[in-house]
Amino acid sequence: MTPYLALFRARFRALLQYRAAALAGFGTQLFFGIIRTMILGAFYAGQGGGARPMTLGETTTYIWLGQAFFYLLPFSANPDPDVRDMIKSGQVVYELARPLDLHTLWLTRALASRVAPTLMRALPMFVVAIAFFGMTLPPAWPAALAATAAMAMAALLTAAFATVITATLLWTTSGEGIARILPSLVLIGSGMVIPLPLFPDWAQPLLTALPFRAMADDPFRLYIGLLPPSALLAVLARQAAWTLALVLLGRGLVARGQRRLVLQGG
Amino acid sequence: MRDAVHLYLRFAATSMRAQMQYRASFVLFSLAQFLGIGVEFLGVWALVDRFGAVRGWRLGEVVLLFGMVNISFALAESFGRGFDMFSAMVKKGEFDRLLLRPRSTALQVAGLEFQFLRVGRLALGVGMVVWAAASLRVGWSAARLALLAGATLGGACVFYGLFILQATLCFWSVESLEIMNALTYGGTEAAQYPLSVYRPWFRRFFTFVVPLGFVSYLPVGALLGRATVPALPEALRWCAPLAGAAFLVVSLAVWRIGVRHYRSTGS
Repeated sequence: MTPYLALFRARFRALLQYRAAALAGFGTQLFFGIIRTMILGAFYAGQGGGARPMTLGETTTYIWLGQAFFYLLPFSANPDPDVRDMIKSGQVVYELARPLDLHTLWLTRALASRVAPTLMRALPMFVVAIAFFGMTLPPAWPAALAATAAMAMAALLTAAFATVITATLLWTTSGEGIARILPSLVLIGSGMVIPLPLFPDWAQPLLTALPFRAMADDPFRLYIGLLPPSALLAVLARQAAWTLALVLLGRGLVARGQRRLVLQGG
Repeated sequence: MRDAVHLYLRFAATSMRAQMQYRASFVLFSLAQFLGIGVEFLGVWALVDRFGAVRGWRLGEVVLLFGMVNISFALAESFGRGFDMFSAMVKKGEFDRLLLRPRSTALQVAGLEFQFLRVGRLALGVGMVVWAAASLRVGWSAARLALLAGATLGGACVFYGLFILQATLCFWSVESLEIMNALTYGGTEAAQYPLSVYRPWFRRFFTFVVPLGFVSYLPVGALLGRATVPALPEALRWCAPLAGAAFLVVSLAVWRIGVRHYRSTGS
């Protein structure tokens, strides 16, 4: 474990240096959060329509959680831009020469490159959104603890997902087709476009069947109290099952890709 | 002037030929863009489905706004790509070369790069406007169609102006330009709904500072016969899209001030 842990620490510390980028990203996320909460507020102000599975307060908190944890999800650094450059330039040979497991190495990188920027953005977002924009704290301690546990597991799940996408680079470096198309599915399926409970009731089983719900919506609902803390075990089990499946898929891709990899350059 | 138009068209044709070399990339990028806007729309649809309407606007009416603002943004993105990528040019000190040439800098930057082949947003926008125009009982006449086209073009001018202002910022700093995304992408997101959805300060900002309200909410309100700003005479609602052209002219003037402040960098 030690080399991976050392790599995680090094990446983590390096990424913490990008404070100006974090500040600009924070400003943009804040602005989008303000727009979204106003839009949802206007929808809630209407009288018609069907049943409302969440209150406006819960929806507001859900949106701010989405803004705070936006960088945890695999949109921006996906596939890992460093790995892409390495594969394009042939420097990936150094990664292969290390006495380490390539998939675990990339998984570690993916985890560090999600967690560090997220921590920098999430804390100020909580402070500002709670102070000025109607976000609330979890209803009780058990909800807060359950949400934290599920969020940590969600980080691992998204890192496993991102590593699968990075592994596809071993086949196509130029197209990056999958890498450009999947983020839209993650965006809508995780609850970042609109809170998942607000989708039609008939769509809920479909959303639950996909892996994306466990990346953001499940921990968010634990935080708000829409899921009781007792649901934590079921959430963690689902997250672990998807993580395992994606790690196995990623390992298979990396192994096959490594076998047919031809290194070029002098 | 004729010379400038000729040059601009040559730039565009060159860019088009270059991009046609990457067909697979064209399909993938367009598909990715289509999906990206598509999921945004799915969100709007789900909300209208659950709540019935927003501030009295129903699905077809919101779809019309959504489609128009996306066509506007797609046009500005295709033609304003040079300004969007301008920071790289300043970083490398390449802007010096443009200053040496006997043509306006804005023209040269505008011709630097076009993005014709990402048609996902445009296709989705056109599809939505056509669907909404057919399903709403607007009573389309030549004048109404002209207003629709004018508002869409006015919107393109506003976004183009924002790209120019973003590039102008580069003369002072090339860092943290993402903050402009709040205005471009944020503006697109905001203008997908009627402005009456937002708080007064926000409405005023996107009307009088960035005049998106003049090119979407007001003219669409006139098209649909909906009340927008009661104090406003009807004729003014029909002229509102001109504010987009005015914004573009102001942006170009600011660009010229920026150019005078340019100090070269690089080696």
